[in-house]
Amino acid sequence: MARATPPSRAQRSYALARDWLIHSALPLLVFLASLAVWEGLVWLKSIPPYLLPAPSRIATTLIADWDTLSASLYVTLRITFAALFAAMFGGVGLAIVFTQWKWAERSFFPFAVILQVTPIVAIAPLLLVYLDSTLAVLTCAFLVAFFPILSNTALGLASADRHLVDLFQLYRASRWQQLIWLRLPAALPYFLGGLRIGGGLALIGAIVAEIAAGSAGQGAGLAFRIVESGYRLNIPRMFAALVLISITGILIFLFFTLLSHLLLGRWHESARKTES
Amino acid sequence: MTDAPLVQLKNIGKEFANGVVALEELNLTIHAGEFLSLLGPSGCGKSTALRLIADLSTPSQGQIEWHQGHDARQTLGFVFQDSTLMPWTSVYNNVWLPLRLAGVSKSQADYRIHEVLDLVGLRAFESAYPGELSGGMKMRASIARALIQRPQLLLMDEPFAALDEITRLKLNNDLLQLKAELAMTIVFVTHSVYESVYLSNRIAVFASRPGRIVRQIEIDAPYPRDLSFRHSELYAKSCQDASEALQSAMSEQDHL
Repeated sequence: MARATPPSRAQRSYALARDWLIHSALPLLVFLASLAVWEGLVWLKSIPPYLLPAPSRIATTLIADWDTLSASLYVTLRITFAALFAAMFGGVGLAIVFTQWKWAERSFFPFAVILQVTPIVAIAPLLLVYLDSTLAVLTCAFLVAFFPILSNTALGLASADRHLVDLFQLYRASRWQQLIWLRLPAALPYFLGGLRIGGGLALIGAIVAEIAAGSAGQGAGLAFRIVESGYRLNIPRMFAALVLISITGILIFLFFTLLSHLLLGRWHESARKTES
Repeated sequence: MTDAPLVQLKNIGKEFANGVVALEELNLTIHAGEFLSLLGPSGCGKSTALRLIADLSTPSQGQIEWHQGHDARQTLGFVFQDSTLMPWTSVYNNVWLPLRLAGVSKSQADYRIHEVLDLVGLRAFESAYPGELSGGMKMRASIARALIQRPQLLLMDEPFAALDEITRLKLNNDLLQLKAELAMTIVFVTHSVYESVYLSNRIAVFASRPGRIVRQIEIDAPYPRDLSFRHSELYAKSCQDASEALQSAMSEQDHL
């Protein structure tokens, strides 16, 4: 039987180039092409910018209105991340409480479910009555981001390998030793999955709540800019704000994906590279 | 080479919450220094018996009596069928675990960890993660972890069942060598007649529903055992005895 020879340097660099083409260059090209088609259509049909602005117009608006937009971006980012951090600590903390004390899970899980299944747009107006608008928006973003983190972490804490649980019992591990050295590490992949979903949802929650809050907002976030630009028929600025929201969402997703790879890369199937 | 009783299972019965009777009227004495195999078809309660000895489960009836003080009970080693390593940390940390749970720091445990890793031939892989090891190496790491507390009694629940034949034969020999070096008592659950005959002084053959011991076979061959034992008449005879006992245990089951 012939043994496979290791690939030569030329073969390897060819494979690398091909991988780069498929993974990075191709999606980028398709994206740029679709922008070009959009731009072309707007020019060809001479569509006015208050109906559909061309990508170039959106870009110039983004630069021209940067002062206003960046201030709004900062507001939205601050709320999103504050909500996400609160959801992270709250979700993990409550998940730990739930797994340590079954009665707590029985008693409080229904509340978490009720808050989750009630659409946030329906809760937002009520929160605006009771809380000042910034806090109300923050609470909405927290509520939507909280549940996936809680339920994923709780699932992870409960799904530690049965034999490993036996092993810890055999070596007379205390409940807290079992939590720290077995259940928390076993829950890490689930927690990170929840965090990735929660990160996206925190942004969505913040935007939805801001729209519900409407003009009541003092520190005006990106969603408020969209609503405001709509009233003023400033469609290019609407698109510019939308672009910033999308980019924020993508960056949040990429950040947590990268974090998962860094933390799980060496041991969890979801992050391990397949051997070929 | 076997002498005083180490653990005695007296009239043990185990009924699970769902009404399944796993064990009934089980009497078994484990002598210090012996290699005892529990052989039987799957579902015959042999693993349950092992879990009862390890105190991972409590009997519904009967008692388990420990004879030589509490040391054997405190340091008990257990090897599961799958290697049951923590995938998120290195072999070194996995082996450290039993001592770590007992409050022994890394620096205090270091010598001992290296000693057992040397015993199982995994010293070079101490910083590898379980996912980076072969099945046989994972099982070695699992054995190293079970040995770290210098157990007098090592319980093994079908440890080599999922391994390929060559790895299994190698680990059989290594296990016998470890037993000789460390003067342990081993209780070994298996469903392989050949493995049980090759390894043990004594085989307890189980029948199922309800789980009970139907026959005990002494294998009077000296240690160390090697390939020549596998070719001996005693080996062939013992395999035949054990197979017959297993056959009759299983045909009995068919009548039910």
